[in-house]
Amino acid sequence: MSEAKIKEIVLDLLEELCGDDVVRKDLDINLLEEDLIDSLDYTELLIGIEDNIGIVMAPSELKREEMDTPNKIIAQVLKRV
Amino acid sequence: MTLLGEAYFFIWLIVLAIPAIWLGINEKSTKIYGLITSGIFAAFAIGSDYKAAIYLVSFCVFQLFLAKILIKQIERKGRKRALFWIFVILSILPLCIYKLTAFFDISMLGFIGISYLTFKSAQVVIEIYDGLITEIKPLDYLYFLIFFPCLSSGPIDRSRRFEEDINKILPREEYLENLGTGIMYIFMGAVYKFCFAALLYQGFSFIDTYNQWWSTLVYMYAYGFYLFFDFAGYSKMAVGISYVFGVKTPENFDKPFISIDMKDFWNRWHITLSHWFRDFLFSRFIMASIRGKWFNDRLVGASIGFVINMLVMGIWHGIGWSYILYGLYHGILLAATEIYQKKSKFYKKYKKNRLYKAISWFITLNLVMFGFLIFSGKVI
Repeated sequence: MSEAKIKEIVLDLLEELCGDDVVRKDLDINLLEEDLIDSLDYTELLIGIEDNIGIVMAPSELKREEMDTPNKIIAQVLKRV
Repeated sequence: MTLLGEAYFFIWLIVLAIPAIWLGINEKSTKIYGLITSGIFAAFAIGSDYKAAIYLVSFCVFQLFLAKILIKQIERKGRKRALFWIFVILSILPLCIYKLTAFFDISMLGFIGISYLTFKSAQVVIEIYDGLITEIKPLDYLYFLIFFPCLSSGPIDRSRRFEEDINKILPREEYLENLGTGIMYIFMGAVYKFCFAALLYQGFSFIDTYNQWWSTLVYMYAYGFYLFFDFAGYSKMAVGISYVFGVKTPENFDKPFISIDMKDFWNRWHITLSHWFRDFLFSRFIMASIRGKWFNDRLVGASIGFVINMLVMGIWHGIGWSYILYGLYHGILLAATEIYQKKSKFYKKYKKNRLYKAISWFITLNLVMFGFLIFSGKVI
């Protein structure tokens, strides 16, 4: 799977979970501070990443500060490809 | 001796912190010294109760072997679901036996901090299963379990984070900065606990009737603020002392009374506990429920997840109606918040509105305070 494709999948997931396409426009937006994502969304995000990209991430693996912007999330996924 | 609770402790702390500070300033590892100091304080805390001492030592050895054996088993057999359940149950078994026997007044296996130590050992078992931990170093693990600032009541650290701290030598500048912050936290926490909480405690101990609505109301607020200053003060001191020993223990409170909804509250109140439950219970329940297609609607799954999560959190405080009700109450509130925030058009339209936020804050504060009233056991 190409990097662009992975990025696209993550952004699709985020857009659906956050219910806002701003996550696509501003890749450095702080999802926690902007109240766009909560614990439940994070869990669903992990499931989405596992199902669509095949990368398994445990819920306690990363601190929230390591996954609080679209760019950081994409980087974490890419690190594990 | 009560850790972080009496003059005797603080006098010993000053004496025993000096070598740690010397090591820190001279850019040397405080690991072994900190481990010994933790052993000394554990002995002080246990006092002459030799049974508790035996329980504590056996508990640590048991958990160490559990973790070691699990790593070997996974290497040999792979990630088998059965292994996960057997080892998680074994890991929390001592705590379950203790809580059950305490309920029947025979009290077995109890020792200082057993509830908090169990969080630490159970998370290690789960993270081994997840493949995040592949090696257990006995001394590091032991130090993680009995680290004295957090021994009796948290904050609940994470083993991978803790081990990184104790195996890292900080440059002098950085250590001095942490030392300053740590000492400030210790004083701040002491003021919270020994001034504000103690004053509030004096205040509401005068209330002796709970049958008048206004006295119950006064008690509710006083008790809520007392709980905060007592526990946040204790936690602040624990974090401060950790800094002196080179460990950046995570914070436990973040201005909980400014929360604007219940989800916000649980990200600000007893944070290390609620995040432990989030990572090791709630998220896993949700993942299993989605994978297993247990519910047609994800919102139903989430609601049930919240209720189970908070119920377990309540029971962890002790087996008693007030704790069970407290957990149930928060579970239902979180589920209701989730449903409301996902479904309500009104919420989506006004959530950024200042007046809406102010009203939401006021309701949240009172829901929280009412929760503490349930927790106090004074209403039932």
